[in-house]
Amino acid sequence: MAYLELNNIYKTYGEGEHATEVLSNINLSIEEGEFVAIVGFTGSGKTTLVNLINGLLKPTSGEVLFKGEPVVDTSHDRGVIFQNYSLLPWLTVGQNVYMAVKEAFPKESKAALKKRVDDYVAMVSLSPAINKRPKELSGGMRQRVAVARALAMNPEMIIMDEPLGALDALTRGNLQDEILNIWSKDKRTALLITNDVDEAIYMADRVIPLKPGPNATLGPEFKIDIERPRDKTALNDNPSYKKTRNAIIEYLMDIGAERKSVSKEEYTLPDIAPKSFVA
Amino acid sequence: MEQDITLKKEGQSTAFIKSLLAKVTPKIQKGDIFNSLKKAGITIVSILLFLGLWHLGSKALYNKEASYKIEKALTERGQEAADAERACIESGESSCQPNTLPSPSQVWGSLQSLIADHKVITADKAAFAEKMATTNAKLVAQGKDAIIYTGRASFVDIVLTSIKTVFAGFLLALLIAVPIGIVIGLSPSLRSAFNWFIQIFKPVSPVVWYLLVFMIVKTLYIGDSSDNAFVISFISVGLCAMWATLVNTAMGVASVDKDYINVAKVLKLGTFQKVFKVILPSSLPLIFTGLRITLSVAWMVLIAIELLAQSQGLGLFVWEEFQNGANDSNAKIIVAMFVIGIIGFLLDRLMLTVQNMVSFNKND
Ligand SMILES: Nc1ncnc2c1ncn2[C@@H]1O[C@H](COP(=O)(O)OP(=O)(O)O)[C@@H](O)[C@H]1O
Ligand SMILES: [Mg+2]
Repeated sequence: MAYLELNNIYKTYGEGEHATEVLSNINLSIEEGEFVAIVGFTGSGKTTLVNLINGLLKPTSGEVLFKGEPVVDTSHDRGVIFQNYSLLPWLTVGQNVYMAVKEAFPKESKAALKKRVDDYVAMVSLSPAINKRPKELSGGMRQRVAVARALAMNPEMIIMDEPLGALDALTRGNLQDEILNIWSKDKRTALLITNDVDEAIYMADRVIPLKPGPNATLGPEFKIDIERPRDKTALNDNPSYKKTRNAIIEYLMDIGAERKSVSKEEYTLPDIAPKSFVA
Repeated sequence: MEQDITLKKEGQSTAFIKSLLAKVTPKIQKGDIFNSLKKAGITIVSILLFLGLWHLGSKALYNKEASYKIEKALTERGQEAADAERACIESGESSCQPNTLPSPSQVWGSLQSLIADHKVITADKAAFAEKMATTNAKLVAQGKDAIIYTGRASFVDIVLTSIKTVFAGFLLALLIAVPIGIVIGLSPSLRSAFNWFIQIFKPVSPVVWYLLVFMIVKTLYIGDSSDNAFVISFISVGLCAMWATLVNTAMGVASVDKDYINVAKVLKLGTFQKVFKVILPSSLPLIFTGLRITLSVAWMVLIAIELLAQSQGLGLFVWEEFQNGANDSNAKIIVAMFVIGIIGFLLDRLMLTVQNMVSFNKND
């Protein structure tokens, strides 16, 4: 039995005439301790998929099993890092994290909770900003707070929906390493959603492309057998890395081309291409 | 790896220093000073222009009425009476002055006399209190009511009564509209249940509110001889002004950003936490927009309601001066108008400041 299992998931938004099937026949299984990345174009249904797993949405048909149990609601076992940080702007960094730990550890004393907050804020190196509000922080700092908030609840599995999508390349690289560090410390199970193929390969054990919707479905998986800790500069010379990256991009581009010829619609390329090709 | 970490630290500390610097460096520049001077200049010029036009207008009206009076004396009572009328008007004798829109200087004079009057009344009150001190002490010792000053209210007392009425009404509106707004905002079915009610009562005029409140309060106060004018007027003001807050609160609560709701769900916040830590803070900006409208509406309907309720505030003052028709009555009415306008403006500024304090922008 897999740790997380998605069986024949279909998800339709709207009803009757206006119904659009966003996800079709999604099958996925993730083992405990694994780091899986799903790559896909913007609008292909990645957030929808993530929300099905974390319990914010229910599938139209099919089942999501977490440790063998059907997912019916959100759970503290599955920590979520949202695509757009989703920090509460009226709370400070510390208060945002505190709110989460207070719910996750209702029996702990206030002092213990405070300590937990301090620890996790320090872990993402934001201690000097603990009393600041989100609007005083840069995008990278906000994302760190979101990471701290999710991890402070000590979830068994961590689900990340394009966590670094809005960040500049340098900050992005730093945060990738930070997330990997944290993940490798106690080998939580991790699911990363991204639109950056390089990021997916650098971070994950397995990369699965999401074929763009409507009717998005998961493509063939790519195993990444590069040893950890991975070195970004060395990766570029790694022949298996290159091969995998090209294969994934080719797969994604092919679907892009296919879709273009089918729909005849103007399609703007996603922002995965430039960075990968120049590197 | 090593390099990455040092880079990150450096980036962070420079960002920190920059934000510190931004805080301590005053952002005033040459252009700013010039601009604010220009703005103040324009304001002053426009005020002077307004006063000038007002002065000319009132002078024209004065002349029109004066010549009509003289004309009338001429046709009705002959040349002699007309000359006497003209002489009387020119002498400034108050009994024969045209009674029209007062000029700025007359209004200024009225303001001074109202202030002087206030000083006299205050002195009166103090004297009265002193005189009655021993008697009142005895009365209180015997368990009877002390004798209180029942003389004329001064203009300042009247203004204070009005402010008190508006604040009491505003508070009432807040206490009714915010909780109900939250409850109906949270539940779509309650929202549709309340909708007809809100749609019907929102446009009801202040006069009708007054009558409604009067019907009810009168009965509640039956057998009680104490003055209920204040109670009736503040309740009417509150009920009349609360709708903007009710609608805005319901709207704010109903339209909380989905991201925040998702956070609440993922953290598994309880209902209480969810309402007070997520939904309310996120709807505060809209609630305060509503409260700001409520306060300005309250101040606007106050005059009509005080007049009807015979409450000793500006509304009644204005009406009594109008009925009075004394020589400086018109000028006093204009004084009251400016006082109302200025206080209304200050209250609005106050609310705007609070509103800006609780506002946040998700994306900055
Ligand atoms: N609540 C919703 N109602 C209707 N359509 C939706 C809703 N949420 C998302 N969609 C549609 O589903 C598709 C996938 O959206 P999403 O899962 O957010 O994609 P991604 O995260 O990959 O960018 C998009 O076409 C979007 O317009
Ligand atoms: Mg998304």
